[in-house]
Amino acid sequence: MSLHGPDYERRLVWRHFLGLMFEWACRLTTFLSLGILAVLLFSIGRQAIGWLDWGFLVRSNSYEPREAGIMAGLMGSLWLILLTAIMSVPLGVGAAVYLEEYAKPTRMTKFIQLNISNLAGVPSIVYGILGFTVFVRMFGLRDRPEEFILDLWFTEIRFFLPLGRIVLSGACTLTLLSLPVVIISAQEALRSVPASLRHASLALGATKWQTVRHQVLPAALPGILTGVILSLSRAIGETAPLAVLGAAAQLSFAPGRIESVGDAIQNPSKMLQAPFDQFTAIPLQIYGWINDPKPVFEHVAAAGIVVLLVVLMLLNGAAIFIRQRFQKKIRW
Amino acid sequence: MSSAGPSRRDNKPISLQRTFSWQRLREEVIRCLLFGCALLSVATTLAIIFVLVTESLVGIPPQTAFFQDVSWREFFFGTTWTPQFAEAQQHFGIAPLVCGTLLITGISGLIGLPAGLMIAVYLSEYATPRARSICKPLLELLAGVPTVVYGYFGLRFLTPYVLIPFFKQMGFSIYGFNALCGGIVVGIMIIPMVASLSEDVLRAVPSSLRESGYALGATKFDVSARIVVPSALSGVLASFLLALSRSIGETMAVAICAGNSPNLTLNPFASIQTMTAFIVNVMQGEVVAGSTLEKSLYAVALVLFLMTLSMNLVSQIILNRYREVYQ
Amino acid sequence: MALVKAFTQFVDPPTGTTTDVAGGGASVRSPKIETSQMGFFYGTHQALRDISLKINECAVTALIGPSGCGKSTYLRSLNRMNDIIEGTRVTGSVKVDGEDIYAKDVDVVSLRKRVGMVFQKSTPFPKSIFDNVSFGPRIAGLTNRAQLTEIVEKSLQQAALWNEVKDRMRESAMALSGGQQQRLCIARALATSPEILLMDEPASALDPASTARIEDLIFELKQNYTIVIVTHNMQQAARISEITAFFCQGRLVEVGQTKQLFTNPTQKETEDYITGRFG
Repeated sequence: MSLHGPDYERRLVWRHFLGLMFEWACRLTTFLSLGILAVLLFSIGRQAIGWLDWGFLVRSNSYEPREAGIMAGLMGSLWLILLTAIMSVPLGVGAAVYLEEYAKPTRMTKFIQLNISNLAGVPSIVYGILGFTVFVRMFGLRDRPEEFILDLWFTEIRFFLPLGRIVLSGACTLTLLSLPVVIISAQEALRSVPASLRHASLALGATKWQTVRHQVLPAALPGILTGVILSLSRAIGETAPLAVLGAAAQLSFAPGRIESVGDAIQNPSKMLQAPFDQFTAIPLQIYGWINDPKPVFEHVAAAGIVVLLVVLMLLNGAAIFIRQRFQKKIRW
Repeated sequence: MSSAGPSRRDNKPISLQRTFSWQRLREEVIRCLLFGCALLSVATTLAIIFVLVTESLVGIPPQTAFFQDVSWREFFFGTTWTPQFAEAQQHFGIAPLVCGTLLITGISGLIGLPAGLMIAVYLSEYATPRARSICKPLLELLAGVPTVVYGYFGLRFLTPYVLIPFFKQMGFSIYGFNALCGGIVVGIMIIPMVASLSEDVLRAVPSSLRESGYALGATKFDVSARIVVPSALSGVLASFLLALSRSIGETMAVAICAGNSPNLTLNPFASIQTMTAFIVNVMQGEVVAGSTLEKSLYAVALVLFLMTLSMNLVSQIILNRYREVYQ
Repeated sequence: MALVKAFTQFVDPPTGTTTDVAGGGASVRSPKIETSQMGFFYGTHQALRDISLKINECAVTALIGPSGCGKSTYLRSLNRMNDIIEGTRVTGSVKVDGEDIYAKDVDVVSLRKRVGMVFQKSTPFPKSIFDNVSFGPRIAGLTNRAQLTEIVEKSLQQAALWNEVKDRMRESAMALSGGQQQRLCIARALATSPEILLMDEPASALDPASTARIEDLIFELKQNYTIVIVTHNMQQAARISEITAFFCQGRLVEVGQTKQLFTNPTQKETEDYITGRFG
């Protein structure tokens, strides 16, 4: 054996061959994984053909497969998105602003940061258990739910304590679930704002909050929004935490009985009642259909999946749109 | 005209002394509010621990906790898991659930980890910028597919059209619900995660190391497999740990594909039940508040939480150290 | 293509400063490295133009010039390290032992094994000292433990590092000092037994004591290796090299015996640079 001569050259041929094989193995693995995505979409799409129509979107569920619909879940999921966004965006961005702009690198800060990364890895089902205990049952506060009536001057809101399996419990659970991811992505967006912008603002005599409010947040907004939307779309696809909350797989009505735009316009006060109403969500309905003993429901489930994927696609599309739109405008 | 400075002689100059001002108060209040937001995450962790511990370890009187009703020995060393049976036949040996979980995690790791790493190597070492810009969003898409969809895919496509025909022909008996399908589906799910985490880690390896390799007469394979990956090894392992922890905590796909029968078996063709699937399965029905069955949910969740938490912590620490080395 | 190029060369003789400088009365020997009318492009930006230079065997050639003059680019094109960067292109010819290294059938891997390189920043792999030095032979397919140990020891001795590390071969190379790391990188380059050693400012990140050791080392190594070194320290170039080439703005301005170039430069630009009026 030597480092020169025919020995080396013979081995060189083998080394090049090995390299080529390795490169192609890596490339094929990549394409194969993406191929699975195609197979997945194709197989589900094929099952859904003939079952997905306008009626499917506006009907509530039925035991008769041909009469089944996803309206209740669709409205439930929309309510969940709305409430989760309302809660998780200010909390998440606030925490990110604190960690990026205010916190000094103390042990406490490090601990909070480590804690957030770890929360991002906690299984979603554990959040479900947490939400079930804290929001749905409120630690077994009362044996029997007690009704409360909140009297506003134009309407009244009825709710129970403990909250029970209502939209608000679900949204709170999803908020806790999505917060770590929202915080992490908002932090990344804040970090990409150049320090010079902050220095310029501070040098003009602006206070820390003025700098954050008027300079840093607007500059980081596209990044924050993109991250928030992506993490929300993750939360919306989650089934396990909602299933653990005990939310019904199938309901025949939407939260607050708001089943169309018309309902909301005719009686706007229903909008305030909806968060305190029972709910189901698209992934829950899909799970219910998958578990249904009638095999023909697999087509209904496929149609439901297509609806879910379309909702997610719209959310992701919005994120991509925001990213494209604002990335061009701001150049550092 | 000589430019005179702003005439400040008659105005008192702004004092630089710290005094009370509403603005300063507002700044402080905002600071505290933001700090509160950050603390919420700590509160969440504490709440999780509190809930799991009070229901499974030490009950708040008059309630008793799970381990005050069921002995440690039975829980950790018993081999039968039948909490949904009538009281006389209830057994709380978690071994079948842990075994099922590990079986799923093992299969998913065999598929997801090598595939994810190879994709990471392809993206960071071989792919042209154009190929990267196409593959990365597609991988994100794969990562964004909800788990219930993967479950459906496994149950209605993978098992009946791929696994059953294939293994039946080889003479194995395979059921409609089987651990193999669950493992494969979870493996597919962790591929994008491993790929993107490992790719970040591989790209953090300084290009000067790659150049040194090439200057020594290394082929691209030598550089990728013998310099870049070994140099990034700790980071890659951390990403593996994170992915496996995700496999352990994965619920829906497994609950749908792998069935709900807590068998103590390592046979991938049999139906099993994981810890997560057990929790979802029980919560689907009505659970009597305060029953041992309900408390067992928390005990299982505690085991699950501790398993994933320890894996996540270890990988976070490794990753932080890794970043310090190369930055 | 090649034919056309050859033809144009024939009708239009080289205009570049093809300077044949004999190193130490060895004028009869053919040069180890020869570049003629070489140009180099990063995309559309031309970084080097019309470089014609012959580099002699077993001698030290220093490349000097102001920052961004292309001396590093030139050095890196001698073992095709620039191939790694997308969108780079070489025109003209670069020959090692009379062989065009940019020809189609040249194996870059073999070329780089013959033309070793040491970088400005020391780049030990995060492995043990032994694994660092044995890396080159090992990827070349050498597996015999005894042979590897022998090569590692010889290389480390050549790099004047053996005495300092012989008892800690299993320790991580990252634990060595900056100067030791750089000598380790030289040992690592020597282990593949190259004929030519390219050095890109190998001492610029080191303290004076370590620099002196590296310079001594270069002096030793030139007995057996052809060394091309980029430096922006003119004293260093004067101390260690026989031939010095001065680059400026992507051109080879002047090349000659080191002593002559520093005491009696023929070009105005060279004089300005070495007297400190420029760059």
